Amino acid sequence: MSEPKPRPDPSGPTSRRSFLRTSLALGGAVGAGVGTGAFAGRAAAAATEAKNLPPNVPEWSQSLGDGVVSRPYGRPSKFEADVIRRDVEWLTASRQSSVSFTPLHQLEGIITPNGLGFERHHGGIAEIDPAEHRLMIHGLVEKPLMLTLEDIKRFPRVNRIAFLECAANSGMEWKGAQLNGCQFTHGMIHCVMYTGVPLKRLLEEAGLKTNAKWLLPEGADASAMTRSVPIEKALDDAIVAYAMNGEALYPEHGYPLRLVLPGWQGNMWVKWLRRIKVGDEPWHTREETSKYTALMPDGQARRFTWAMDAKSVITNPSPQAPIHGKGFTVLSGLAWSGRGAIDGVDVSLDGGRNWRAARLDGPVLDKALTRFYYEFDWNGEPLLLQSRARDETGYVQPTKAALRQHRGLNSIYHNNGIQTWHVLPTGEIENVEVA
Amino acid sequence: MSRSRNLIPAALSAILFAATPVAAERLNIGRAATPEEIKGWDIDVRPDGQGLPVGKGTAALGETIFQERCASCHGEFGEGAGRWPELAGGSGTLKSENPVKTIGSYWPYVSTVFDFVHRAMPFGAAQTLTPDETYSVTAYLLYLNDILKDQDFEVNEKNLASIRLPNEKNFFMDDRETAEKEFWTAKPCMTNCLPKEATITSHARILDVTPDKAADSAKKAPPVQ
Repeated sequence: MSEPKPRPDPSGPTSRRSFLRTSLALGGAVGAGVGTGAFAGRAAAAATEAKNLPPNVPEWSQSLGDGVVSRPYGRPSKFEADVIRRDVEWLTASRQSSVSFTPLHQLEGIITPNGLGFERHHGGIAEIDPAEHRLMIHGLVEKPLMLTLEDIKRFPRVNRIAFLECAANSGMEWKGAQLNGCQFTHGMIHCVMYTGVPLKRLLEEAGLKTNAKWLLPEGADASAMTRSVPIEKALDDAIVAYAMNGEALYPEHGYPLRLVLPGWQGNMWVKWLRRIKVGDEPWHTREETSKYTALMPDGQARRFTWAMDAKSVITNPSPQAPIHGKGFTVLSGLAWSGRGAIDGVDVSLDGGRNWRAARLDGPVLDKALTRFYYEFDWNGEPLLLQSRARDETGYVQPTKAALRQHRGLNSIYHNNGIQTWHVLPTGEIENVEVA
Repeated sequence: MSRSRNLIPAALSAILFAATPVAAERLNIGRAATPEEIKGWDIDVRPDGQGLPVGKGTAALGETIFQERCASCHGEFGEGAGRWPELAGGSGTLKSENPVKTIGSYWPYVSTVFDFVHRAMPFGAAQTLTPDETYSVTAYLLYLNDILKDQDFEVNEKNLASIRLPNEKNFFMDDRETAEKEFWTAKPCMTNCLPKEATITSHARILDVTPDKAADSAKKAPPVQ
């Protein structure tokens, strides 16, 4: 088999090349940028790479590598150093009340690594000593409770895989195609396995009074985040979680405790959970009045829009992950619904004129990310790629135009409209809208 | 269009009726929270005034506090400095192309102003305002928004909940399951779904605000919330 020749750079003389070069330089990575289109680095390094290619014996086949526990907590290969969270500085006034984005275009399967799950803080990352953390449950209960983390770990446990999507995910795209990459347009989401105590079990321990209708979870960080949660959700599938993907929550995800509300907008999943008050009416806190309400064209606003509707995005190819040449091509993407399990995903190559069923692979779980694939031969012609999720309630992911007909352009949150990627003959991809 | 604020989505009402008071056997884990412990953390306030601490303040007193503690981010008159939030103005803009959502133009309840300022402001020095200071700052914000006309009017735990904001009636319960029920079509079109070939109407590339490298990431573009 002949050695593959470096392909011409498909991304063209655009700013994306400098993006990739910068990330390579920052990470010290060379060449290996699978799915990043990092051809420039590969060409430059071709001479030094050759000594590790057949017929030569690679240097790593001749010398010993690091011993055990040289990395007591493992980390990704240095060649994956550009697989990181990123932010968009102009979005917010401060880094402490801001958001970073999951690199969806560089991930596979349905589980997000803990170190890559997007962050959304309102007062920075609280660094909490678990020995000094308490969960207080009070209000309309028979016995107000004070629980340590050790107490909480004595309750019966549950494990649950669920996606967490920020209500503002894709919010920058309401007025048109704005950010070039699914990391930025769809990356305010992650999906992990949580371990914790059903909130129902904790409320049983406290004993709910008959007029208990609403809960107010509160965070221990400097924003003291509060939301009103209807008691029905708490008694259904809410979890007070202390582990994600098998290990303790990361500080940026609420260590040592967070609320998990499967299918509902991320803002309600209060991190650094320290207090749950039980009441008989909602509190109408800042995060459910000023924020997380949806302004409609008539000047009225929806409130308590808890569930995240069915949504999907093609993660590869995508603007940060161009196609590397004609021929057999794997299209990979994610679908999810806050109302249940994904029933199916359709893919279009012509901007929504014709659709074909994608192949779901791996677990298809209630209110979790679901992986889909569609394999096709690309002949080098321009394409307009779209994906359309359906969930088990019969809901079909709408177009952006259909959403705008109902909601106008200023509702900020809950943009689950169909995303279009324009594939150029070079293999480069851009974020566009079509009609 | 009829939009009841009490309208409950179908999915929620299904679990509503399934819900029963919880009275399972206790595992006797943890201990009782004491009244003193609860008092220290129980600072939330509802629109009906439940939770308001004893205290009082005026806009005149609040102006001094606001200039010292708040104006560097929010502007002397709550107009917002740089990208920091505007707290006043924007009246009548909610139907416009660029709505300005402030306490006066958008927020439904005064209780939220008191509660949020008391629990989370100033940004970086949360929970440093006393109840009296919080009443005063709240009064000043109402004065800036022309809700209070008299800067010496005393706002206290007894009258705060009776002060109403102009936009209170314009919020309604999530109605997606009825208003957008056309999206529950189950079997969507698969072939020849558009009358003609799709054409591109919007390019992210042309706007070009995606961060490329560190120096680029502060590119000018409208902030979002």
